[in-house]
Amino acid sequence: MDTKTKEKIAFAILLVATILVVTPVALIMLLVLFNGIPALTPEFIFSSPREGMRAGGIFPAIVGTLYLALGTAVFSIPLGILAAIYLNEYAARNWLTRTIELAIINLAGVPSIVYGLFGLGLFVTFLNFGASILSGSLTLAIMTLPVIITATREALNSVPRSFREVSFSLGASRWQTVRHVVLPNAIPGILTGTILGLSRAAGETAPILFTVAAFYLPRLPQSISDQAMALPYHIYVLSTQVPNVSVKVQYGTVLVLVLLIFVLNLAASVLRTRFRRRKTW
Amino acid sequence: MTIAKLQVTNLNVWYNNQPAVKNISLEVKTNEILGVIGPSNSGKTSFLRTLNRMNELYPNSRTTGEVRLDGLDIFKGIDKHLLRKRVGIVFALPLPLPLSIFDNIAYGPRMHGIKSRKKLQDIVERSLKAAAIWDEVKDRLPVNAFKLSGGQQQRLCIARTLAVEPEVILYDEPCSGLDPISTLRIEEAMRELKKNYTQVLVTNNVKQAARVSDRTAFFLMGEMIEIGETKDVFTRPVDKRTDDYITGRFG
Repeated sequence: MDTKTKEKIAFAILLVATILVVTPVALIMLLVLFNGIPALTPEFIFSSPREGMRAGGIFPAIVGTLYLALGTAVFSIPLGILAAIYLNEYAARNWLTRTIELAIINLAGVPSIVYGLFGLGLFVTFLNFGASILSGSLTLAIMTLPVIITATREALNSVPRSFREVSFSLGASRWQTVRHVVLPNAIPGILTGTILGLSRAAGETAPILFTVAAFYLPRLPQSISDQAMALPYHIYVLSTQVPNVSVKVQYGTVLVLVLLIFVLNLAASVLRTRFRRRKTW
Repeated sequence: MTIAKLQVTNLNVWYNNQPAVKNISLEVKTNEILGVIGPSNSGKTSFLRTLNRMNELYPNSRTTGEVRLDGLDIFKGIDKHLLRKRVGIVFALPLPLPLSIFDNIAYGPRMHGIKSRKKLQDIVERSLKAAAIWDEVKDRLPVNAFKLSGGQQQRLCIARTLAVEPEVILYDEPCSGLDPISTLRIEEAMRELKKNYTQVLVTNNVKQAARVSDRTAFFLMGEMIEIGETKDVFTRPVDKRTDDYITGRFG
């Protein structure tokens, strides 16, 4: 076989692999859009479920998911960013730091149901927060922390070492250097990674299963100690726990969740391109 | 007898237990330019970076010996941030921060607590003038510093170092990436700065040391082979290795 033929074969195989990768995603999206769009009426989005969740809307589940995303952000973003700054800019390279880093990597690989059970044991039972938005947000926050820490560290590492050296050489302290040179240049990456972490948390079912999710709660939650409905769990309920739910309602709910996460991811990539254009080094 | 601006005694620097600077003792006199020449791996940059404790940023480095600034032990007698304010450094590559020209110069003073816009404007103008770049940038202070040419960036970096009002300026091969005209400008700036500052110039360019330094030290493999008045070192060096190096027989 000559070089030219080999080149053609390689090209064909690589192209086919790429198409195979996107096919399932495209099919899922088409299916969800095709079946879900007819369900998207104002009533579906802004009213509570009726008739054993077979009719009416999904407003409480949308609100619940938004509350959970917000709660997760409140608990995980400050903590994750601060820990990442410590690990990246302050911590000495010793066995303790390496152990912590290893723990964080492993934390990212823990199955989400394990986080759910952990949240049940620690927040719901031991700390007696009950099944509540508080417990659910904390559980989701712990699950999201490794993602935020890893993304933040990557963003911090992308700031050239020389910027830090210059700052130190002018007599600036470590915190001044972090605050005035490193962070301003790392913020875009931190934001992007953080939003992606949150969007993943918003779509999780297992961690909220025992810690917050209500099977059916037609009114909106009043405080952080209330239970709440949430879109991912609602989808699970509609498709396995309630008989005779119309396909339209099921797909409509899926479409709303997908759109919500799509908007978050879109915001992340818009931010990224926005900042990249402004970057001068 | 006046005490030297910098007094270095038995200085040793190791990286991962590999010696880089071996038992160097010398002094830098007030308002002189001390040139340090030598081939790569001669320890001259490590020596220089020890003088304002920048070397500590390498986690595997270890230093013994003594360095005194105006008689004050820099390892024990002074806060390292204050030391770096008093002993500034200009790096081999022009390293502007991703900020405007103005903010680059104002960065150091701001970190040391100066907030008044008027004061900062004065400092920026004075520093840029002292680094001989004011006329080229005075109309575009809000422009990002990366828009300047390499030679202008390096003079900007000198101005930035001057802005924190140091007493000593260290140069780590400051012209290694620059063209001859830019190099000439920077050398002129150094000569002008002699009036007010003590300067240590590490350079790979032997001729540059001959042009600007009052005294010259020759380093080889971490040791100081020779130090003396520049014209003596260049016309009748004591050590044969110095002669070989400056005449270009190796290095």
